[in-house]
Amino acid sequence: MIKILAARWRQGNRTLRQRVDTLQLPDRFRGKPILSPERCGAGCEACAASCPTGAISAAPLTLDMGRCVFCGLCEGACPTGAIRFSSDHRLAATHRTALRLDGQERERILTLGAELRRLFGRSLRLRQVSAGGCNGCEKELVATGNVVFDASRFGIQFVASPRHADGIVITGPVSRNMEAALRTTYAAVPKPTLVIAVGACAISGGVFAESPETCRGVPSDIPVDLYVPGCPPHPLVFLEGVLRLLGRL
Amino acid sequence: MQPELRNGEAIPWRAIPELSLTEFRSALLQRCRTGARIAVWFAVPATEPGYLTMLAVLADDSASVLYPMAAPYRAGTPFPSLTPELPQASMFERELWEEHAVQIEGHPWLKPVRRHAHAARHDGPALPSFPFYRVDGTGVHEVGVGPVHAGIIEPGHFRFQCHGEKVLFLEIRLGYQHRGLERALLSASEAKQTILAESIAGDTVLGHAIAYAMVREAIAATSVPYAADVTRGMALELERLANHVGDLGALANDVAFLPAAAYLGRLRGDVLNLLLELSGNRFGRSLVVPGGVRTSFAPEKRTRWIHQLATIEADLEQICQLLWETPSVLSRFEHTGVVPTAVARDLGFVGPTARASGVARDVRRDHPAGAYCFAHVPLTLVSSGDVFARALVRWTESMRSLQFLQEQLADFEPTQLGRALGPSQPNVVAVAMVEGWRGEIVHVGVTGSHGELSAYKIVDPSFRNWTALAVAVRDGEISDFPLCNKSFNLSYAGHDL
Repeated sequence: MIKILAARWRQGNRTLRQRVDTLQLPDRFRGKPILSPERCGAGCEACAASCPTGAISAAPLTLDMGRCVFCGLCEGACPTGAIRFSSDHRLAATHRTALRLDGQERERILTLGAELRRLFGRSLRLRQVSAGGCNGCEKELVATGNVVFDASRFGIQFVASPRHADGIVITGPVSRNMEAALRTTYAAVPKPTLVIAVGACAISGGVFAESPETCRGVPSDIPVDLYVPGCPPHPLVFLEGVLRLLGRL
Repeated sequence: MQPELRNGEAIPWRAIPELSLTEFRSALLQRCRTGARIAVWFAVPATEPGYLTMLAVLADDSASVLYPMAAPYRAGTPFPSLTPELPQASMFERELWEEHAVQIEGHPWLKPVRRHAHAARHDGPALPSFPFYRVDGTGVHEVGVGPVHAGIIEPGHFRFQCHGEKVLFLEIRLGYQHRGLERALLSASEAKQTILAESIAGDTVLGHAIAYAMVREAIAATSVPYAADVTRGMALELERLANHVGDLGALANDVAFLPAAAYLGRLRGDVLNLLLELSGNRFGRSLVVPGGVRTSFAPEKRTRWIHQLATIEADLEQICQLLWETPSVLSRFEHTGVVPTAVARDLGFVGPTARASGVARDVRRDHPAGAYCFAHVPLTLVSSGDVFARALVRWTESMRSLQFLQEQLADFEPTQLGRALGPSQPNVVAVAMVEGWRGEIVHVGVTGSHGELSAYKIVDPSFRNWTALAVAVRDGEISDFPLCNKSFNLSYAGHDL
């Protein structure tokens, strides 16, 4: 018992004190891509050619964060610095179109309406479904519950049954072998159901978009309320997105 | 003359003698009786229509050599199963049967590895043609779990046959995560191939990315600069450390010892944050590329890194001593989920699963490549085969990884980090093995007549090790299943591909 207390003393309180939206991640973290189309050379398509997931089109310059795996190859390929990755982790968006960057500032997240905020704002229970996810996004979602990120201090928790949940969090490109189980789980969550798509695979199929063994992400008949891009998204990307959706930031 | 190659080398197709099916079968059996084991066994379409070429690579761990062997297979020819004599062949035979319709005869339980019958799956996960193994009798009942589990876990289905609390039999059905990875890899650009390799198992990004890069480098006959090898080795050990620490925390959580669970969960994040500082991603994505690495350690951060690793070491020491000194933890860990040594050896288990059951097998020692040729990581071996052994192996290996990292960091200079690949050699077979945190990862790349990748085979350690979980829970209590499962912590995505 004394040793447990000694360890407790040594470990201290490790929960992040800063606001999850203004916290600074290390320089090398590849967060929000910054596009400067005015720097593009005429006819240059180096970025688009370098992109492994077809997330970039060169003229006009746009980058779809829903397909981006944040590998940073485009940044290296661009001769003029028209694309560079910032360490900004505020990436989540409520609309698919808001993930398509073109160098203009756009509204990213529309907060839930008053009634949904009343229902979910102080207590949000989520059911996670991994549907072909590689365990990258899943591990980061687990991490949101650890003592550092401590999602439960915001009332956000992952629960064991869809019947106990307010929404589902989907990861993976939705493998054909998980399609039925995903639909069954979705149907088992009480309405209104919040749907959160986490990671490039769930949003667009990611690197598996061409594979006939997947559904290229969340099927269109399951309407998504929040897109959390990344490969995998840092736990703070998820938390910032959900808290902003709930009007908590 | 039997051809040989070493880990990370390529061999021309024509140097591999084509055996008849009978010769292939007996040569494989003979080699495995005299100390070798199956590293990989698969088939590729042959140029002649209606034919396949079977390709096996056997590993002789004591001599650090690999033996490739090949045989043509005409569609429909019966192939007497090796499994009754050589149980480690079972998974490979099931895969050959599923993917290429190789007529395996006499296999004790031929059933799909990953394929599901989509049309039949609207009312549940059962496949009509492959019913679950069933035990009948008074008081016998069945428990089904998954594919959607209670926690944030990948999908898989577990079907238990129980008598009261006692588990008589566990059947594991996987395949839910199948994304068609091997096929996707063949049609992808090289940049995309790297990302696909990183996505085989998202918790083993570095293990698989290094294996893939080694295959490409072997095909291009290009060696990697020393600084790149060291960076890869350090990143691989950080990955091992993060996962082992996380698993120890999860084990503590499963026996409700929450102080250790909370501290280890935090500590795992600290290690991931080092990977983030190194590569820009918490899992080390985009660090490894064929030819080298894209970034390395910033020398100005050396002092802070060394200090941070020392802090992690001290924390881990203190927290794990809490685990080993708490009777309620030990009483759940000890004698739970035993995998006997003979079973581990016969079924060809790898990684911490094998080493916790007294089978001394570690690619870093047996088939060293890259940084491990120059810096040796001592092998950890525990023989009791229970949950305690698997926890102890993880703890010891974490400490060894920390030592390796501190040694490497002390005098590391990030000089040359990469080299341009030479042209791809046509008609070669390249083999790469990496000791990932779950165990032996094997990748094989085959090139066609223009040097293009014509086949690619991936063996994740979980492909072999899932059977260990089924063995471990047999005759145990069903309430120990979560603990047993966590003690292996196998990959669904890596198995399902």
